[in-house]
Amino acid sequence: MAEEIIVYAEHQDGKLARPAWEAVAAAQRFSAALGANCVGAVVGENVRNLAEELAGAGLSEVLTIESPQLAQYTPDGYSAALRQVVELRHPRFVVFSHTYQVRDFAPKLAASLDRVLIGDSLDYRLEGERIIFVRQVFQGKFSADVEFRGEPPYFVSFQAGAFREDSVQQGVASAKITSVPIDIPPGAVRTRPQEKFREARQAVDLSQAEIIVAVGRGIKKSENMVLARKLAEALGAEVGASRPICDSGWLPMDRQVGSSGQTVAPKLYLALGISGAIQHQVGMKGSRTVVAINKDREAPIFEIATYGIAGDLFEIVPPLIEEIKKAKAG
Amino acid sequence: MKIVVCLKQVPSRDAFLKVNAASTWIEEADISYEVNEPDVYALEEGLRLKEKLGGEVIVCTLGPARAAQAIKEALAKGADRALHLDDAAFANLDAHGTAKALAAAIRRDNPDLVLTGLQSDDFGYAQTGVIMAEMLNLPHSTIVMEIQAEGEHLKIKRELEGGWFQWIEMPLPAVLTIQSGINKPRYATLKGIMAAKNKPLQKLTAQDLGLDTDALEPRQIISRVYVPQKTAQTEFIEGSPKEIAERLVDKLKNEARVI
Repeated sequence: MAEEIIVYAEHQDGKLARPAWEAVAAAQRFSAALGANCVGAVVGENVRNLAEELAGAGLSEVLTIESPQLAQYTPDGYSAALRQVVELRHPRFVVFSHTYQVRDFAPKLAASLDRVLIGDSLDYRLEGERIIFVRQVFQGKFSADVEFRGEPPYFVSFQAGAFREDSVQQGVASAKITSVPIDIPPGAVRTRPQEKFREARQAVDLSQAEIIVAVGRGIKKSENMVLARKLAEALGAEVGASRPICDSGWLPMDRQVGSSGQTVAPKLYLALGISGAIQHQVGMKGSRTVVAINKDREAPIFEIATYGIAGDLFEIVPPLIEEIKKAKAG
Repeated sequence: MKIVVCLKQVPSRDAFLKVNAASTWIEEADISYEVNEPDVYALEEGLRLKEKLGGEVIVCTLGPARAAQAIKEALAKGADRALHLDDAAFANLDAHGTAKALAAAIRRDNPDLVLTGLQSDDFGYAQTGVIMAEMLNLPHSTIVMEIQAEGEHLKIKRELEGGWFQWIEMPLPAVLTIQSGINKPRYATLKGIMAAKNKPLQKLTAQDLGLDTDALEPRQIISRVYVPQKTAQTEFIEGSPKEIAERLVDKLKNEARVI
């Protein structure tokens, strides 16, 4: 019997979204490396159509885990359901994408089986018998090699974009779909979620901006925001920010760029005093040209910058404004 | 309402961090520490709930002797008492071990609500609160942006990706992990700092909590810490500020053609 790797296919609004395919891409590569069967799992109510879509990818089997109590995502419901699947199938690994939903329930699922999750991995590599996962620590300043200890099942989630959805291998034939019977006792689901909503005041749509001047913690004081505004004015740009700036109330929340804010793809993104933690990077790595000004030459933002300036933004931005004005006038 | 706030001390954001000689973690000597940012918001939320509903706020911290500073700050801001889990056996725990130790301490107090920050700025597991909820057999929610307490129930606003939110109702007792920005954290007052000196602080060891080394054995270990390989072709621009400005504008105009 070949070992099994189960991949959790998350769906949003009735569709298999990008995280599902990224997880499949990761699990396919991982299964091939370990010589294991790759098995998809879809949780919910009436998810047969999603399972059929998944069955076309190169998987050995697709599991549907259905119950009226799973119609809406809850951490209690989903972790109880998947726990029964894991107890039944004994996979060596369970693979997830590191989404907000997975963060909400996967650590609970692992703990309910007295196991752990290596979360938010960027990559993995095999060294002999060792399977090493790479995670960021200190908000991306350093990487860490992390390994499991103890007995399987092992739970692992991969960061958004760690594996690309377009690298999913399509199957030659549709995989078998198996409905896994589960039992969620009444009262097991303790939380009652309501409909998702967006805050009404999305006053600004940064996703359409051509140039963005984005401000991070390095701006130090609310009074210094004027410097960023002047630079934006000279460039004809919108002002955005990393989360801490919006948390402090220096800019409204709708100008936040990152996983919990907007995803942007301007032709020019100027990052002032932004360290570039992953939560920020996922919101702006689609920018065509990135300029980063930061005192710390080791800051993760320099990993994705086209042009880097390791220096004090308060010294560099004023002459930069002058030069831009000159260039535009010329 | 009896509220426990889990609070972690982490290296300061401005601290200059170096990997240690063995490449197993960072060099911990001579760096400054602060309270983990999301935990600051969790504490503020706990204090506000107490001010509205009455009750007490208990701070619970796992960490070495230096973490007493983080506890002092929380007491100065208005927490009523503290538990400090300090034992050599608590060094190098993974999120599972940390959650186990915290849950053992919290269980003794039987609180109505447990708050943590959603993630630590050092390890960044983002799991401790969720694992703790499972171990305490309590309902939970993560990445919380608003809490409305209604008698025996909570209504909380959870942040989802890309600007979406969701209201969730749940019974008490419960565990919530708090997102930065949920409130405006207060500063300690001089009066608060003086009052903190007389507030109860209980030290707890692994033995006090009935935990042996087997129970705390890490299931995920960090075998190596290193500076990430730079893959990007970042072109660094050097010179005086004026020279940098000139060179950058030239590049933006003529190479990248974005202005």
